[in-house]
Amino acid sequence: MDWGFIGDNFPALIEGLQLTILATAVGYVVALVLGLLVAIARRSAPRPVAWTVHWIMEFIRCTPLLVQLFFLFYVLPGFGISLGPLAAGIIGLGLHYAAYTAEVYRSGIEGIPKGQWEAGRALSISPGRMWTAVILPQAIRRVIPALGNYLIAMFKDTPLLFAITVPEMLFKANELAGTNFKYLEMISTVGVLFIIVSVLSAVVIRFLERRYAAV
Amino acid sequence: MPQSDDNTPAAREAAAGVPKPRSEEGSPLIRFDKVVKRYGDNTVLDHLDFSVQPGQRVSLIGPSGSGKTTILRLLMTLEHVTDGVIWVNGDPLSHEYKGTDLVKAGEQHQREVRKKIGMVFQQFNLFPNMTVRRNITESPIHTLGVSRDEADQRAAELLDMVGLKERIDAHPTQLSGGQQQRVAIARALAMRPEILLLDEVTSALDPELVAGVLDVLREIARTTDITMLSVTHEMQFAKDVSHRVLMFDKGKIVEEGPPDQIFGAPAEDRTREFLHAVLEG
Amino acid sequence: MDFITDSLPLYINGALYTLLITVGGCALAFVIAMSVGILGTLRSRVARAVASIYVEVFRGVAALVLMFWMFYAMPLVTGYLLDPVFAAILALGLNVGAYGAENVRGAIKAVPAAQYEATIALNFTPAQRLRSVILPQAWAQMLPTFGNLIIELMKGSAVVSLIAVSDLTFVGDQVRAFTGQTLAAYTAALVMYFLLAQVFLYFMRMAERSANRRLGREPLKAKKSTPAVAGAGGAA
Repeated sequence: MDWGFIGDNFPALIEGLQLTILATAVGYVVALVLGLLVAIARRSAPRPVAWTVHWIMEFIRCTPLLVQLFFLFYVLPGFGISLGPLAAGIIGLGLHYAAYTAEVYRSGIEGIPKGQWEAGRALSISPGRMWTAVILPQAIRRVIPALGNYLIAMFKDTPLLFAITVPEMLFKANELAGTNFKYLEMISTVGVLFIIVSVLSAVVIRFLERRYAAV
Repeated sequence: MPQSDDNTPAAREAAAGVPKPRSEEGSPLIRFDKVVKRYGDNTVLDHLDFSVQPGQRVSLIGPSGSGKTTILRLLMTLEHVTDGVIWVNGDPLSHEYKGTDLVKAGEQHQREVRKKIGMVFQQFNLFPNMTVRRNITESPIHTLGVSRDEADQRAAELLDMVGLKERIDAHPTQLSGGQQQRVAIARALAMRPEILLLDEVTSALDPELVAGVLDVLREIARTTDITMLSVTHEMQFAKDVSHRVLMFDKGKIVEEGPPDQIFGAPAEDRTREFLHAVLEG
Repeated sequence: MDFITDSLPLYINGALYTLLITVGGCALAFVIAMSVGILGTLRSRVARAVASIYVEVFRGVAALVLMFWMFYAMPLVTGYLLDPVFAAILALGLNVGAYGAENVRGAIKAVPAAQYEATIALNFTPAQRLRSVILPQAWAQMLPTFGNLIIELMKGSAVVSLIAVSDLTFVGDQVRAFTGQTLAAYTAALVMYFLLAQVFLYFMRMAERSANRRLGREPLKAKKSTPAVAGAGGAA
C-alpha cells in the first residue's frame, strides 16, 4: 500500500467527493419535489393520467439507473435537448429516485385517517388548501425517516455518473489509478470514504427518526 | 354459594378412584425458596415461600399485578428469578450445581427440568404455520423422540378428549378461540408433563366459549393426578377443582387454604375485599 | 423492423448474462442474508456485533465501488484476477446480502414473543425453535422485501457493463455505437429489463401467496408494499 500516493492524491479525491455530494444533494431535491407531484397526481388526477403516471414510475423503478443515464445523455441530444454530463446525471438520479419517494409519500398520505378528509369537507376547505394545510404536513412528517434512507441510497448510486463522464469521486480515482496503476490505493480509499459518509449520514437519519417518531 | 358435599374435589376423586394427593408432609414437587423478582425498581415477588405437593391442584387468585402470572412464568423459565431458588422435585430449576455451588442455570439444565412442566397460555399461542396435528406432535417427536405413529395416535386421543377429533387437520386460524385453547391444552398434555401451568386460560375467550374449556380442565382434574397451578379469575372453577387456593397481593401470599375456607370464610380483609369485588363486579 | 431482427439475438444473449448475474448474486445474497440476519438475533453480543459490522460496511460501500475494487484492486493484493462475472456476483451478493440481513433480522424480531414462549413451554431445542416455528413465520414477512431486493440486484447488475461483461446494458451500448440508433438501442434494453423484472415479481407474488396460505392467512388483497426502503442503493 503506497500511503504517500494516497496522501498526494487525497485532495483530488475530496474534490471528487464534493461533486458526488453536490450531485446527490441536487438530485435529492429533484426526487423530493417530483415524487410529491407524482404522489398527488396518482391520487387526484383523472384516472387515465394517474394510471399512466403509475406505469411510467413502475417502469423507471424496474430498470437500471445506469441505462437511464445513458438514455438521457445519448438519446436526448437527438431530440435537440443537449444536457451536460452533470445535468444529465442529476436529472437521472432525481427521476429515478422520484419513483421511490412517490411510493413513500403515497404510504404517508394513505396513512392519514379518512376522518381528516371528511372534516375538511365538513368545514368546506378547498382541496388545494386541504392538501397544503392538512394532509401534506401530517403525511410528510411521518415519512421523513423513510425519505432519509433514500438519501443514503442515492448517495451510493452517484458513482454511476462516472459512466457518463461526470468527474465525481470514482471517476477521479479511476483516472488517477489508471495513469499510475495504483488501483488498490485509490479504490480502497474511495470505498472507505463511502463507508464513512454512509455511516455518518445513517447516524443523522437515525437522529431525525427519533426526533420525529415521537410525533 | 352453598356447596354440596359430593361436589368437592376430594369427594369427586374418591368416586373416580383417583388417589388423594399426598398431604403436606411428603417432599414437595415445587418449592419456592425466598424468591424475589424485580423489574427495575418494581418488585413483583417479594421473598416468596411456598410449596406444592405432587398431584395437588392449586389456584392462584388475587388482583392483577399481584405476581401470580410471574410465578407461572418463572416455573416455565420464561423469566428468571432476581434472587432465591425454585426447586422442582428436589432439583433447582433456576439454578444448577457447579460442584457444591448453586449457579444460574444454563440452557441444558433448564431443558432437562422443563421436561416435567407444561403450560397453557392466555392467548393460546398455537403455531399458525402448522396444522392442529403438527402443533401437538411436533415437540413429542422432536424433543421426546416419540415415533410419528405413536405421536399421531396420542394426538388423536387427546383431541378426542377435548372434543375436537375431527379438526385434526385444520389450521389454527380456522378454529374459534375456545377450540384453539382446547388444542393448546391437548398440545401441552402431549408432552406428558407432571406439572401443568394454566395462565388465565379463559380470559381471552368470548363468554360463551369459556364453559367448554373449563369442562375440559375439569375432566383432566377428575381423570389424572397431574399437578396443576392455575391463575384464574373463574372463582367457581377454582372452587371446583383446587385442593388449595393462594390469595396474592403485592407479591406476597396474603392468605391460603382449602377453597371452602378461602371462599367461605376468608380470614383476611384483603381477601374479602377482592372476592367481593370479583364476585359482585 | 430490421433493427429488431438484427439485434434481438444480441439482446437475448445480453439478457442471459444479466439473468446469470442476477440469479447468482441473489443466491449469494440469500445465503448471507439468512446467516448474518440470524446472527443478528442471537443473544451473544459478539454475534450481534459481527452482524452489524457486516451490515454497516457492505451497505455503506456502493456495489460499483466494491466491484471495481474486486476487479482492479484485489488482483494487486492477491495476484489473482477474478473473472468479471464472478466479481460482479460477489460484489452484488455481498452488498444486497447486507440489506437482506436487515430484512431477515427484522422479520424474525417481528414474530410475536408469545410464539417464542410457546416453543419454550414445549421444550424445543434452540435450533428447532428457529427451524419449525420462528423462520416459517418470519418467512412470509421477509418475502415482499426480498422481492424488491431481487429487482434492486437485477438493476445493479447493469454496472458489470463497465467492466466489459456483455450484459444487457453492454449490448445496448454496443448496438447504439454500431447502428447509431440511439433511441431504439437503449429503449430495447430498458424494455427487456422491465420484462425480466415483471417475471421476477410474478414469481415472488406466487411465493408470497403460498407463504401466507401456509400460515392460514387468506391471500392478502393485492396490497403493494413500499419498495425496499433504501433499496439496495441501486447496487451502485
